[in-house]
Amino acid sequence: MARSLQPALQISTSSPEQTRHLGRRLARLLAPGDLICLRGDLGAGKTTLVQGIAEGLDTDQPATSPSFTLLHQHPGRIPLHHLDLYRLAAADLADIGVEDLIGGEGVVVVEWAERLPPGFGGDRLEIALAFDPGREEVRHLRLSAVGPRWERLLRRLREENHAHPRD
Amino acid sequence: MLILGIETSCDETAAAVARGPGEEGVELLSSVVASQDDLHAHFGGIVPEVASRRHLETIVPVIAEAMARAGVGWDDLDGLAVTHGPGLIGSLVVGVAAAKALSVARGLPLVGVHHLEGHIYGAAVGESLALPVLALVASGGHSHLVLVKDHGKYQVLGRTRDDAPGEAFEKGARLLGFGYPGVARMAALADSAPGPVKPMARANMPGSWDFSFSGVKTALARMVRAGEVNDENRAQVAAAYQESIVRSLTDRTLKAAQEFGGYPVLVVGGVARNRRLRELLSRRAEKAGIPVRFPDPRLCTDNGAMIAAAGLYKLSLAGPDSESVDVDPNLPLSDW
Repeated sequence: MARSLQPALQISTSSPEQTRHLGRRLARLLAPGDLICLRGDLGAGKTTLVQGIAEGLDTDQPATSPSFTLLHQHPGRIPLHHLDLYRLAAADLADIGVEDLIGGEGVVVVEWAERLPPGFGGDRLEIALAFDPGREEVRHLRLSAVGPRWERLLRRLREENHAHPRD
Repeated sequence: MLILGIETSCDETAAAVARGPGEEGVELLSSVVASQDDLHAHFGGIVPEVASRRHLETIVPVIAEAMARAGVGWDDLDGLAVTHGPGLIGSLVVGVAAAKALSVARGLPLVGVHHLEGHIYGAAVGESLALPVLALVASGGHSHLVLVKDHGKYQVLGRTRDDAPGEAFEKGARLLGFGYPGVARMAALADSAPGPVKPMARANMPGSWDFSFSGVKTALARMVRAGEVNDENRAQVAAAYQESIVRSLTDRTLKAAQEFGGYPVLVVGGVARNRRLRELLSRRAEKAGIPVRFPDPRLCTDNGAMIAAAGLYKLSLAGPDSESVDVDPNLPLSDW
């Protein structure tokens, strides 16, 4: 796996709305073909973050959890392919046609990316979401880049965060 | 009218033959669901039948078995019905391609059915579907509140904003250590909890008929993480969790039924099998003077019978689809 050149970017949110806001910020950076991989336990805020991304991409419908339906495809400013591996064996991925979606005309966001087979995907943004041990509503998001495009975008996010930490 | 219905929108490869519609709804002649039937037992187990390749392997034997069990031949059929959305594109394609091929080869009219419309018309199997009705479609992937004013006339009032109720049950069961599939075991334990059950905090969204279940799931995740759930209180916690989901569904559904002029209520989808939901919704509806119906639990999960039933009404009332029936993973529930 390509090693990131910069340390992960740590962002904390203190409400679901702030997590959604971060999603909307991320959406501004997205381009067709992008892949975002989300990891985190049940309730960590993965779908909430995708809801923000969907809002930022002006999708036709709000994003909801695809845990049972596996894949939601939303037309939008850029189409959003919202995939959830919660219930899926790695062997089934190929049958869903995931490889065809990545690098295509839309953005692919994968929940439960820890279930992807090793070596899956090329350039991507990885986001690990974690609970705060004490504060119920607080989440810690750890963003790391794989590949030059996301190295550049992560640097931009980091600078934005320094300039406007609450934006 | 005799019809073959095909369903491959998600996990299940299913086909059924039904006759009707008449005063008693539709008569089911056969219903075959690959994961539930012995003919492909080697695909069973806990891995969901999601792969389009598996649909492809099972679609022909499932259709053949449905025809054989019904004891009918191709010449006896008057039409075909198939789910063409919403769902997984790779899975939907298998059913739609099979239906189109049969339609051309046998010269049979074809109608496309929306998956949720199928769930609603599942209630017409063996019993007439009295309309208008307020349908709560609650399953692993869906939670929709739909006013069905007449055949093929729908108004979607609300849907989930995050998790579907069946998904909330499944994830709650996993959080409480029941593994997969643990929903039935969690419900059994919840039902055994002694004393009055106090639901966990629920989402309240004034001015909307939408549902939300991720908040209660996150609250349960927090309790588990904090070590607040143990063997002594697990039943109580399971009951409180179940109660919050069941009350959300019950409150909104009955409020909508009253607000829209006393519509009778129909509950379909896998979650309609939940004992506590049946009990609470029935009791509260009776108090409010609202008729409520839960169809046969066997018809609540995905199957071909519901698609055949919807197809029979659609074909006899609106005729075959004039345009080609195409797969649409985001198919909206629209009128015919």
